[in-house]
Amino acid sequence: MTNTPRISGISGPTITAELMRGCFMHEVVRVGWEKLLGEIIRIDGDLAVIQVYEETLGLKIGDPVERTGELLSVELGPGLLGGIFDGIQRPLPSLYERWGDYISKGAIVPRLDKIRKWRFTPVAKAGDRVEGGTVLGTVEETPAITHRIMVPPCVSGTIAAINSGEFTIAEPVAELDDGTRITMRQRWNIREPRPTAERLGFNVPMLTGQRILDTLFPVAEGGSAIIPGGFGTGKTVLEQTIAKFAAASVIIYIGCGERGNEMSDVLHQFPLLSDPYTGRPLMERTILIANTSNMPVAAREASIYTGMAMAEYYRDMGLRVALMADSTSRWAEALREISSRLEEMPGEEGYPTYLASRLAAFYERAGRFRCLGRKEEVGAITVIGAISPPGGDFSEPVTQASMRTASTFWALDYDLAYQRHFPAINWRTSYSLVAPNLSRWFAENAATDWGAMVEEANAILQREEELADIAKVVGIDAMGEKERVEMELARLIREGYLRQSSTHPTDAFCSQVRQTKLLAMFLDYARTVSSAVHKGCPLETVLRAPMVEALLRAREMPEDGLDAELQSLREEVRAYFGKGWA
Amino acid sequence: MKDLLVRAYRTIESVRGPLVLVRGIREASLGEMVTLELENGQKRAGQVIELHGTYATIQVFGSTEKISPASTVVHFREEEASINLSPLILGRAFSGGGEPMDGGGPIAPVVKRGISGAAINPIRRDVPRDFIQTGISSIDGMNTLVRGQKLPIFSGAGLPANEIASHIISHAKVLREDDAFAIVFAGMGITSVEAEFFNKTFEMSGAIGHSVVFMNLADDPVVERLLTPRFALTVAEYLAFDLGMHVLAVLSDMTHYCNALREVSSSREEIPGRRGYPGYMYTDFASLYERAGRIKGLKGSVTQMPILTMPDDDITHPIADLTGYITEGQIVLDRALHRKGIFPPINVLPSLSRLMGLGIGEGKTREDHRQWSDQLYMCYARGMEQRRVAAIIGEESLGDTERSYLRFSDEFEKTFINQRNETRPMEETLRAGWELLSSMPEQELIRISREMISKYLPRGKEGK
Repeated sequence: MTNTPRISGISGPTITAELMRGCFMHEVVRVGWEKLLGEIIRIDGDLAVIQVYEETLGLKIGDPVERTGELLSVELGPGLLGGIFDGIQRPLPSLYERWGDYISKGAIVPRLDKIRKWRFTPVAKAGDRVEGGTVLGTVEETPAITHRIMVPPCVSGTIAAINSGEFTIAEPVAELDDGTRITMRQRWNIREPRPTAERLGFNVPMLTGQRILDTLFPVAEGGSAIIPGGFGTGKTVLEQTIAKFAAASVIIYIGCGERGNEMSDVLHQFPLLSDPYTGRPLMERTILIANTSNMPVAAREASIYTGMAMAEYYRDMGLRVALMADSTSRWAEALREISSRLEEMPGEEGYPTYLASRLAAFYERAGRFRCLGRKEEVGAITVIGAISPPGGDFSEPVTQASMRTASTFWALDYDLAYQRHFPAINWRTSYSLVAPNLSRWFAENAATDWGAMVEEANAILQREEELADIAKVVGIDAMGEKERVEMELARLIREGYLRQSSTHPTDAFCSQVRQTKLLAMFLDYARTVSSAVHKGCPLETVLRAPMVEALLRAREMPEDGLDAELQSLREEVRAYFGKGWA
Repeated sequence: MKDLLVRAYRTIESVRGPLVLVRGIREASLGEMVTLELENGQKRAGQVIELHGTYATIQVFGSTEKISPASTVVHFREEEASINLSPLILGRAFSGGGEPMDGGGPIAPVVKRGISGAAINPIRRDVPRDFIQTGISSIDGMNTLVRGQKLPIFSGAGLPANEIASHIISHAKVLREDDAFAIVFAGMGITSVEAEFFNKTFEMSGAIGHSVVFMNLADDPVVERLLTPRFALTVAEYLAFDLGMHVLAVLSDMTHYCNALREVSSSREEIPGRRGYPGYMYTDFASLYERAGRIKGLKGSVTQMPILTMPDDDITHPIADLTGYITEGQIVLDRALHRKGIFPPINVLPSLSRLMGLGIGEGKTREDHRQWSDQLYMCYARGMEQRRVAAIIGEESLGDTERSYLRFSDEFEKTFINQRNETRPMEETLRAGWELLSSMPEQELIRISREMISKYLPRGKEGK
């Protein structure tokens, strides 16, 4: 008793343990009689500082600490999809079965179902030479996703035997000639990126079905985007909308330190949603990680890595994964809280000095890669991170550090949100650094002159900004007719194209084809009007144009008959402005 | 063996601010309650907040006056902070430290619960969806409150947040009237005048029989404020999830709570975050605010309405900011409206109810509610913009459309937001909004579908 490791200090979520000689950094330990999960984050002689992933109230000096000799890892294998986990991969339904409505302490539950049998269909055969990443066989994990059972990284050899049939994740499906048994389950340290063969550049967008994003600020497949916004500007709704509609095979949604009621709305809604691409239930290709703000701080810190390790695993199968983290600020705050308990010297605003490097390392795990062991295949992880800057002030450290690594920046704006203009993305301050890399894709898949169309729309919006400043000084009535027409055209693009309802049945998701049609319509209208005005068409005629309302409602028109509607609208426009000014 | 352990110590090493450091501790747990016994027999309560080797740091609820290393004895009570609960708790009043204050004697417990609370498993939360009618148009119409929501009031010094809370306590209604309803009130650092005001509200509205009150007054021990909301929320959860009642918990004033948090933090020599508040304030808030909601399969609900005073009316102040990031929206009071004599002076633009969408629409309020409120928002925001422009260039220089927006926003404040002490049923609120919208040129009403316009827009004047 006297020589076993035990607690010697307790301060909030961090504890100190003595007699820990032989332990190593990031080793997982079990703390106290209730065996709370903890991880060693500092070693000092035979003292170890441990961050505890569960509530520490009630712990006592002298309570035992048990070493496990393992790193904090996730369990990867069939059964992840459709799952709902906490920040350290405990399935929330199992926690409920075990402990009831509230999250209790020290709940050790299996992370993946150990009893369920999966039908394993081998694709490799005995005698095959295999290495990390080689596909041994497949499992129909859900009707939407075929799960590929791969040789774990760092394992190689020749297959001695391979089985076919129904297995649990713990039973071996293959054996190598050196005796290594391979199961359908892999363990992976959450803080270490899984290896790949090669990083690739960006040349394909990850479409989101949101017009302002796909048209003006596209995010690349394998890229990263950040959504900073003060509270109430619609971060969470936007994250959820993207999760529903993103063109990705697997969606991983991390609710990191967010609201319980909103998380329950996600948990309630997602199982009811159908995939906009296949019509199948969205949950068949979704993993939810829910670590709400009142769940332990350390588990919040771990949650984004847990999600990332899962994302990398599906990426290794050659799938396109979209990972949503809402919100990375809560993660950073967890980091700050733990750092301050360690009495580390704080950097900017109390955040630890390694905040920027940790954030960068996280975003760098996004990317398009050639798969390990299968160079002909490509997998990708696109990361969308929400940021909650205090007071909506983007100069704070988390936003600034994220901006340095993320290639796409979607800035949410209070003024737009107050006007209920959603998504409240400010088109003046947002940017996409990868847009040039994607121009070829858009030219081939959207419209040959897509780049020119976007520029034209941008020019109209830009012009409005200049004019709005003048209008504020001299008054709108004192503006020239031409300028007022320009402002009207910009208004149409803002209201009719950039705005998008996340709840409207047709408007919520806008395919690339539909975006092209709508944008072309607005630009067509702008050109017709400009040339009419050039030829002397008075301002009143433009402002009173009866088809404006139809233009603004075009985004809500059902897909069936859209072409015909747009065509007749176009003719109406021509007829109206044709009277002497065409 | 355990009984033989020494559980009382006369080994205070240091006293600093509200903190006492005791040495030679052999067995103590984090969060354990202690009693400090002074030489003259007086007792003070305290709680273990940090343990290191044989040292325990204790935060004292109450003054540390006369605490002396030489004579004060610290008793470790082997229990966390907890409260006795029974259905008879309804109608009772307690101090901020959980002591009965109404002369009614202690509560005979049916259950005794720790007050720190546990996180509800997110999959067990039920989605809030029942509309609560407060009778205030700017809340019901524009920022609808639903059962299980946490919706704070962001106030400023001298603004009538308490009056609004009182109005809601007196008039809040849900569609199904047969459900049992209760109010739990936690007063933190409020003045005796404010306390009196709330007591009157409970009496006048007849709420007193189904309310539970915890009062930590401005001159009560500061650190005790850290316990007050936890006592109140533990009672709220008991009433809601054990007894199936629908509970409205009013917490006033969170700003005083935060100052107590800051005081303890600085005594612990912690590295301060923004404006001296501790870095863990977000997590601390979450441990309070997240104790609202509904649980699947259980009948009751906890709806929270925290009130906070924004220092210098600054919505980016850490207290307001961190609150806004956890609560499901906020009701923001506005000094300019208050000066114009508008009651309630709610500025709807920065106000928000995130759960509004779940509580409105057909079968709940009315089918046109969402579009109607979006349109009102747009018109008011545009009108406010024109007000700024008009201040520079003069109203005459505005275009016709711009002027109609300006007039709209004036009328909106005067007739829609302003309602004095009148209580407006939902239909009345909707009617008032449509009335205002009818003054706008119809082609400007782009947030409402044509169908809804033809169904609900009053056509008093000539149509288009």
